[in-house]
Amino acid sequence: MTDPMMAETKTLIGKAAVLEGLHEHPAIKAILAWDPAALTDAKFDRDELTLTIAADKIRAAAASVQAAGYNFFEDVTAVDWFPSSPRFQLSYHILSHIYKERIRLRVMVDGDTPAIESITSVWPAANFYEREVFDLFGIRFEGHPNLRRILMPDEWQGHPLRKDYPVEGYR
Amino acid sequence: MNSGTPILEVPVAEGARDQHMILNMGPQHPAMHGVLRLVVEIDGEIVVRLYPEIGYLHTGIEKTCEAKFYHQVVPLTDRLDYLSPMANNLCYCLAVEKLLGLEIPAKAQWLRVLLAELTRLNSHLIWLGTHAMDIGALTVFLYCFREREEILRIFEGLSGQRMMTSYIRIGGLAMEPPLDFFDRVQGFIRTFPEKIDEYSNLLTGNPIFRNRLKGVGILSAADAIALGVTGPNMRGSGVDFDLRRDMPYSGYEKFQFKVPIATEGDCWARYLIRLVEMRESVGMIQQALDGMPEGPIKADAPKIVLPDREKMKTQMEALIHHFKIVTEGFAVPAGEVYQGIESPRGQMGYYIVSDGTAKPYRVHFRNPSFATLQALETMLKGRMIADVIAVVGSIDIVLGEIDR
Repeated sequence: MTDPMMAETKTLIGKAAVLEGLHEHPAIKAILAWDPAALTDAKFDRDELTLTIAADKIRAAAASVQAAGYNFFEDVTAVDWFPSSPRFQLSYHILSHIYKERIRLRVMVDGDTPAIESITSVWPAANFYEREVFDLFGIRFEGHPNLRRILMPDEWQGHPLRKDYPVEGYR
Repeated sequence: MNSGTPILEVPVAEGARDQHMILNMGPQHPAMHGVLRLVVEIDGEIVVRLYPEIGYLHTGIEKTCEAKFYHQVVPLTDRLDYLSPMANNLCYCLAVEKLLGLEIPAKAQWLRVLLAELTRLNSHLIWLGTHAMDIGALTVFLYCFREREEILRIFEGLSGQRMMTSYIRIGGLAMEPPLDFFDRVQGFIRTFPEKIDEYSNLLTGNPIFRNRLKGVGILSAADAIALGVTGPNMRGSGVDFDLRRDMPYSGYEKFQFKVPIATEGDCWARYLIRLVEMRESVGMIQQALDGMPEGPIKADAPKIVLPDREKMKTQMEALIHHFKIVTEGFAVPAGEVYQGIESPRGQMGYYIVSDGTAKPYRVHFRNPSFATLQALETMLKGRMIADVIAVVGSIDIVLGEIDR
C-alpha cells in the first residue's frame, strides 16, 4: 500500500503549498483532472487534508473524489462563522477504504439565503446528514429528496446551531 | 413531534390506497430500543415503506458544548451513547489531543484500549440480551445482564460511576486505577469466554432464533457503503474495514486481533460477527493486561491536565494550575480536526473546530447509529412486519447518540 501522505507530518497552508507538497495525492489529482478551477483553497494540517471547493461545484467534486477511490461518505456538518462573510462553512468528511485515510471537502456558503446542491445522488448516506444541517443551520440542499426537519419539531421557529441563536433558547 | 403534518412525506401509493395501511411503531414500544418511532406502510403483513422518525431525545448537546470549557464537554459525551461511555470519552479526548498536539503516555494509551474493549463487551452484552429478548429468548437477557453487572462494578471501582464514567480525560485518565482493578479484569476475562459459549449454546443452535434471523434484513455490501452503515453491520455485509486495524489510534497497532467478516448481510451474520468480536475483545484485554507498561497515566502538560489531588494540596503551582483550568479553561490553538474511532456500533467521528479560545467553537458528533437507521428501509422492504423487530434488534442502535 502506497502512502499518499508521503509519510512526513507537516503543515501546508494555501493552495500553492498543498499542490506542491502533495501533488501525488489521489484526491487532489482527481479534482485537478476534473476541473482545476473548482479547487479554490487547500490546507494540510494535523495530518488532515482540507480541500476548499467552489460552492456551485460540490456535487460534481464529490462524484470525482468518489471515482478516485474515496468511496465512503462519513459526515457532513456546518460551522457558522457569524458575523463574518461568507457565513457558513460546510465540512464533508470522505473516507477511503483503499487508501485508509480521509479528506475533508470544505465549502463556504453565503448567509442571506444559504443553499447548496445536495450530494444525495452521489451518496444516499448524506440524506439524514443534510436534513440535520437544514434543521439546525437552515441551509437548503437543492435536489434533496426529502428536505424536512429531522431532530427539531416540524413547527419549530429558527435554527438552534446558528451562532445568533442563544444557547438557553428563546424564552 | 409531528402534529399537523402528514406522517409520511409522500402519501400512500396511488391505486393501492385501499389495501395499504399505515402502522405506527413506537416511540413507546418495548422493542424499539429507546424512543424510536417507525412509520410503516404495510400491505397485509408485508412492509411496503418504512420511515424512521427521530428527535424525541434531542437535547442540543452540540449547542451546549459550545458554551462549555473543553474539560466540561467530557461528561456530556457520556450521555450520547450511554451504553458505551468510554468509547465516547476516548473519541472526544483523542480529537482534542490532536488539536493540542498532546503526547499521551504509554500506560494511559494501553489502559484506554483495555477500557474501550471492556466497553465493547458491555455494549455487545446489552445488544445480545435485548436482541434475544425481542425474539423471545428471555433467558439470555438475564445471563447477559449478570455479566454486564460485573463490568459495571469494575467501572464503578475505577471512576465512581457505573454508566456515566467520564474516566478518560483530555491528556490521559482521571486517576490511577484502584489496586484491585487488574485482578478484577483478569478474573472477569478468565471466565468470560465460557459465558460466550453459554450464550452461543442457548441461541446458535436454537431453531426459533435461527429461523427468525437467517435471511432476514439483508443488506448488500454496496448498499452498506452507499447508506453509510459501519461497524459490525457493515462487516456482516462483507466490507472488510475496521478503524482499529486500518487506521489505528491510541496504540491499537500494537495489538493482535482478527476482524470477523461475513458476506450474507443478514441478521444472522451480524449476530455471529458480534459474538466473534466479543471473543476478540477478550483477547485484546488479555494482551493489554500482559503488556501493560509502567509510568504515568497523565500527559506532562500542567496547564491542560488537572493535577493530582495530593499535589494540589501540597504544591502551590499545582494549586494555581488547578484554579486556572477550572475557572478559565485552557486555550486550544485554532484549527479543525476530525477523529474517528471504532465504537461498538461502528465508526464514530468527532469533529471539533477551535477558534483559539477556551471553548470549542463547534463540536459535531458523527454517530454510527444515525447512519445505520437510514438503511432500515432497504433491509425491510418486502419483508413481514414481524421481521421489523428482528432487524431493529440486530442493527444495535442507541437513540441517545442518534438524537444527541
